[in-house]
Amino acid sequence: MQTSAPLAPLPPPSPSLVWRRIRRNPLSFGALCVIGLIALAAIFAPWIAPYPPDATDAAAALQSVSWRHPLGTDLYGRDQLSRIIFAARIDLSVAFAATAAAVVIGSLLGAIIGYRGGWVDHIAMRPVDAIMAFPAFVLAMGITAALGNSTVNVAIAISITQVPSYLRLIRGEMLRIREMEYADAARTVGNPTWRIVLIHLLPNCMPPLIVQATLAMGFALLTMAALSFIGLGIQPPQSEWGVMTAEGASQIVTGEWWLFLFPGLAIMITVLAFNLVGDGLRDFLDPRMRGIR
Amino acid sequence: MGFLGYLVRRLALALPTLFGVSLICFFLTYMLPGNPAMVKAGPFATPEHLAEMERAMGLDRSLPEQYYRYASGLLRGDLGESSATGRPVSEDFVQRLPATLELTFASLIIAIVIGIPLGVLSAVHRDTFIDHVGRVVGITGVAMPSFWTGLIFVYVFFYLLDVAPAPLGRLGAGITAPQHITGLYVVDSLLTGNWQTLRSSLFQLMLPAATLGFSVMAPVARMVRSTMLEILESDYVKAAWAAGLPRRTVIYGDALRNALIPVVTILGIVFGFLMAGNAVVESVFAWPGIGNYAVTALMTKDSGPIQSFVLFVAVLYVAVNLLVDLVYGLADPRIRLG
Repeated sequence: MQTSAPLAPLPPPSPSLVWRRIRRNPLSFGALCVIGLIALAAIFAPWIAPYPPDATDAAAALQSVSWRHPLGTDLYGRDQLSRIIFAARIDLSVAFAATAAAVVIGSLLGAIIGYRGGWVDHIAMRPVDAIMAFPAFVLAMGITAALGNSTVNVAIAISITQVPSYLRLIRGEMLRIREMEYADAARTVGNPTWRIVLIHLLPNCMPPLIVQATLAMGFALLTMAALSFIGLGIQPPQSEWGVMTAEGASQIVTGEWWLFLFPGLAIMITVLAFNLVGDGLRDFLDPRMRGIR
Repeated sequence: MGFLGYLVRRLALALPTLFGVSLICFFLTYMLPGNPAMVKAGPFATPEHLAEMERAMGLDRSLPEQYYRYASGLLRGDLGESSATGRPVSEDFVQRLPATLELTFASLIIAIVIGIPLGVLSAVHRDTFIDHVGRVVGITGVAMPSFWTGLIFVYVFFYLLDVAPAPLGRLGAGITAPQHITGLYVVDSLLTGNWQTLRSSLFQLMLPAATLGFSVMAPVARMVRSTMLEILESDYVKAAWAAGLPRRTVIYGDALRNALIPVVTILGIVFGFLMAGNAVVESVFAWPGIGNYAVTALMTKDSGPIQSFVLFVAVLYVAVNLLVDLVYGLADPRIRLG
């Protein structure tokens, strides 16, 4: 018998190695720090924000950037910096909840479908193909319009558009690694199927999954902001970056630039940070992508 | 395998996908909050009137029966009715589609004309200043929400510099639409030699097309860069260098020509991005296309146009991807085996 086949794939890098490598890449490390700061600001918003987000002040309406209001005030005199900080809570938590749910559902389904293979695979992949036939944002529009405007429905819509990509990723990995010798070994000693899939095989699919999920956070943020911008999903007076940009848009013709500029900037910086961290992670977590930029 | 076999196989794959798309759209329409019959009958309808309306609209039938009615309606081009305009959605669509297509084509041209040279430059000058600038532009461009880019353009070029027209549709004030030939104002005014309209429509098109084009330029540049790098390393390019061919011939003749074939595949994805971006960018610039139509319908809780927009874009997306695959199969025979 030939013994050239490896018994198990290379183990995924340990968290401490990941951390060391991230620190060596200044761009990704900086981006990670930015995400950390935004998350902290969101969590401690009531202590950090200089004003309550909904506090109106008719005397201070439409003021430009100043020491009292670093990012200006809106039509009702609400402090924009405070609103942007509070908006980070809803933007980050919806994007995170949607991505996390999609990762869990997508990878479990993908693992089962990929491990079973055969006719299960043939049948189960058809709905996945149909969902992927829609441009993601357009499908999210349709789902939000059908479910009705609410924060939870936005998260559901974004989640549904993301599930197929994780499902396909894990299914592909499973189809490959279920044939490997260490999978045979796990079967031979009599492990139940769920244990083989969840404990022995799925952890080895994690690296590309983490990369994809990080990049998907950026896309989730953009989708949510765009949905709110066109009036779907999160509704005013809720502070949300897309909603705030839409409110600011009506003030452009009178020259109040700070109202549309800063919420959009918040979106851009956050999305950019997630993309940079995702790119950095991909460089060493996803061996197939190594060397490709 | 011959191209014909590939064509048949690829078409056969598209059909179940289209069936799935119609099923999803049917459920999205069916899941809608509120009873469509109640919306149509109005707030003062009696229960008898409502029941009659439900029967007339087929809402009392079983789900498969309703789907059959829905799907056969679609095949006849029936997209339902808009409760806001009271007209069939398909008529509204036909009227507004040229505006969307004009914007989509213009942004695609911008993305290609800027994205391809940017990708080539980055690859040829790999890891130099030019490459880094290209990378930064690309990664920032992807992170910018398109509506925000559009607003920045409006603020800078309309409000501050006053070189762009107000973001209010396809033609400036007092300009009449050209004679209807293709529906694309730029093309129609060119064909009829209507220079004033041509100028105005190009002017109005400038900012929205730049906004959309900018949002998809980065993926195009990235793809060109990576395929170009791969090809520059290949044996035949090395052979071309070794043969002493001039730099220009090697890069633009041999390498670029082959790098462009994989780029065709990304055009399908880019098209999807553009159609999705349309809904948002059209509403920033009050562009009277189907995206703006769907978004405006939302304001009045008129869901027909939105669901038709979703269906229409998905079908178009499937068709474009099919076309891209066929072109790719024609250009690169190896693909037909896959």
